[in-house]
Amino acid sequence: MDVWHFTEMPYPHLPPLDTLSTMRVTLPSRHYDPKIGADLYNRYLDEYMIADDLGFHHMVNEHHQTATCLDVAAPLSAAILARQTRKGRICILGNPVANRGDPLRIAEEMAMIDCISRGRLDVGFVRGVPYEIFAANTNPTQTVERLWEGIDLAVKAWTSHDEPFNFEGRFTRRRLVNLWPRPYQSPHPPVWITGSSDFDSIKKAAGRGYVFATFLQPHEKVRALFDAYRSAYLDQGLPGGGGTAFMPLVFTGESEEAAEAGARELIWYMTAKTEPQFRNPPGYVPVELNVKALQGAFSGRTDAMRAMGLEFQREQGVVMYGTPDQVAKQVRRFYDRVGGFDHLLVMQQAGFLDHARTVRSMTLFAKEVLPQIKDLARTRPNNAKGAAE
Amino acid sequence: MHTSDTALGKNTSLVRLYGLELEVERRGRGQPLLVLYGEEALELDAPVLVELAKKYELIIPSPPGFGASERPDWIESPDDIAYIYLDLAQSLGLHAVPTIGFSFGGWLALEMATKDASFCAKLVLVDPYGVKIGGPTDRDIVDPWNIHPTKAAGLKWFEPEKGKRDFGAMPEHELTIVARNNESFARFCWDPCLHNPKLMRRLHRVRVPTLFVWGEHDGIVSPDYGKAFSRKIPQAKFAIVGQAGHYPHLEQPTEFLTLVQDFLV
Repeated sequence: MDVWHFTEMPYPHLPPLDTLSTMRVTLPSRHYDPKIGADLYNRYLDEYMIADDLGFHHMVNEHHQTATCLDVAAPLSAAILARQTRKGRICILGNPVANRGDPLRIAEEMAMIDCISRGRLDVGFVRGVPYEIFAANTNPTQTVERLWEGIDLAVKAWTSHDEPFNFEGRFTRRRLVNLWPRPYQSPHPPVWITGSSDFDSIKKAAGRGYVFATFLQPHEKVRALFDAYRSAYLDQGLPGGGGTAFMPLVFTGESEEAAEAGARELIWYMTAKTEPQFRNPPGYVPVELNVKALQGAFSGRTDAMRAMGLEFQREQGVVMYGTPDQVAKQVRRFYDRVGGFDHLLVMQQAGFLDHARTVRSMTLFAKEVLPQIKDLARTRPNNAKGAAE
Repeated sequence: MHTSDTALGKNTSLVRLYGLELEVERRGRGQPLLVLYGEEALELDAPVLVELAKKYELIIPSPPGFGASERPDWIESPDDIAYIYLDLAQSLGLHAVPTIGFSFGGWLALEMATKDASFCAKLVLVDPYGVKIGGPTDRDIVDPWNIHPTKAAGLKWFEPEKGKRDFGAMPEHELTIVARNNESFARFCWDPCLHNPKLMRRLHRVRVPTLFVWGEHDGIVSPDYGKAFSRKIPQAKFAIVGQAGHYPHLEQPTEFLTLVQDFLV
């Protein structure tokens, strides 16, 4: 089991949330104080440095036009970590290739970071959450197609070394693709993708040997997704082998009371409000789901999860908190419930959780939880064909 | 496939055209009248078409991705749809027929007429989108995808209550069409938002009598936008309908029908 430290680099110093209609897309930047922002950027990067010393790997992501995430360019934060950390791997999860619209620029940036870090980079590609559509002005009805055309082009660019090639695709057209530098890792850095319901993309990921990651989902849903991934490479004869990853919010405390207090701060993340028109732009989800939305039966998983409360979220594995032994037990229980997985992405900072308490929680996790979970085996087959092997 | 809705005198068929299947409804008897419905397809059940079907044979195609029409990936814009509709008009033998286009349908009518207006005798455009008049930071067309649904209803309707639809009471196959229409509208019109930057430079090619009908309280595309739009087409007429928003034909059908029938005579 590999464990990756993560913060979305939030800017929580906002007016009372009940006075705002949204924290995303249209929240005016007069609510952002650059001096506070400078402190936050440096603090969050310091925490990654501490994570490196503690034995964590690193995960960074990006979002746009939102107070929930000051990291607007994951390649920039990853490049800083590539130079300033020494041990942990660095995973960008991920590059919003559908929204950035230039897969080859991303391929170049990744190759450069891979070289600076001497091969410590994992490269995730994401389709982008619904509200990102508005900042990027991507057509919401074709993000999946853009994602896969972009990934396949980036990988081809990383692995073509003898002469330029031309690419005239549906979304990208280039006349002489000839990447300099090439990635440090050969044939290329590990590739990750994320998903929450799109089984076709899971199958594609398994078929290409990419890691499949999912965030903040209840264990039964995660099991279904991971089973789909495993079955794609086992029963359908696809190469697979990349592995699976899950992200919960995690707080480790000296006592149960301290841990619960910390967890209550972390779930600030789930209170991030977005106006309804930004949550489900037309075509982002399939017609069948939008039929359910018209019937009033589909309002987004975060809303549903938020409404159920912290105890439920812990039971589901979405928030893991407690003393070190309790957290280790929750990780192992989740591992068993979902048929095993390979990467635990721990969101150990969110909202107002301050530096001292974040570091205390990280340290407890590294010293007392990690030894109890690091030997959890890489995922084993759990379906019919796999069990017979 | 062949279905009919006898109550409304509807007769719907699928037309195969250069490998693409399009739904075409025919309704009523008389001289043909081409009807290009709006993005919400609200016209299909509205009294205004019932009245027009008493005098005309309405030809009502569904754009790719709307109704039962297919939507292959290569169709990406109203410009693309216009070529398909021109092929359709030719295959149906439509020559010099009066044409009405509502909202998105009005835009489609103009995309067609700027390419080849021979299908069309007269053109009625009801609160259409399609052109950009102002500069980069002018919001000529309010972006309906950016605003809260309740606010959007207030901009579209003089009386927002009239625009309420009870989706809970609709059968699943109808909801599927609503959801698919919404998706297709975004596929074609998301960016550039509700306009084709080339269209304004082509409007001089519309050489058939043209009437713009505009809801006085349209909060999505204002009457000022409509007037500026209409001035780009030689001799186009412009009529305002009071106490109406983006859908004057739905909010004030009687006044709307009088305007249209006087123009088409």
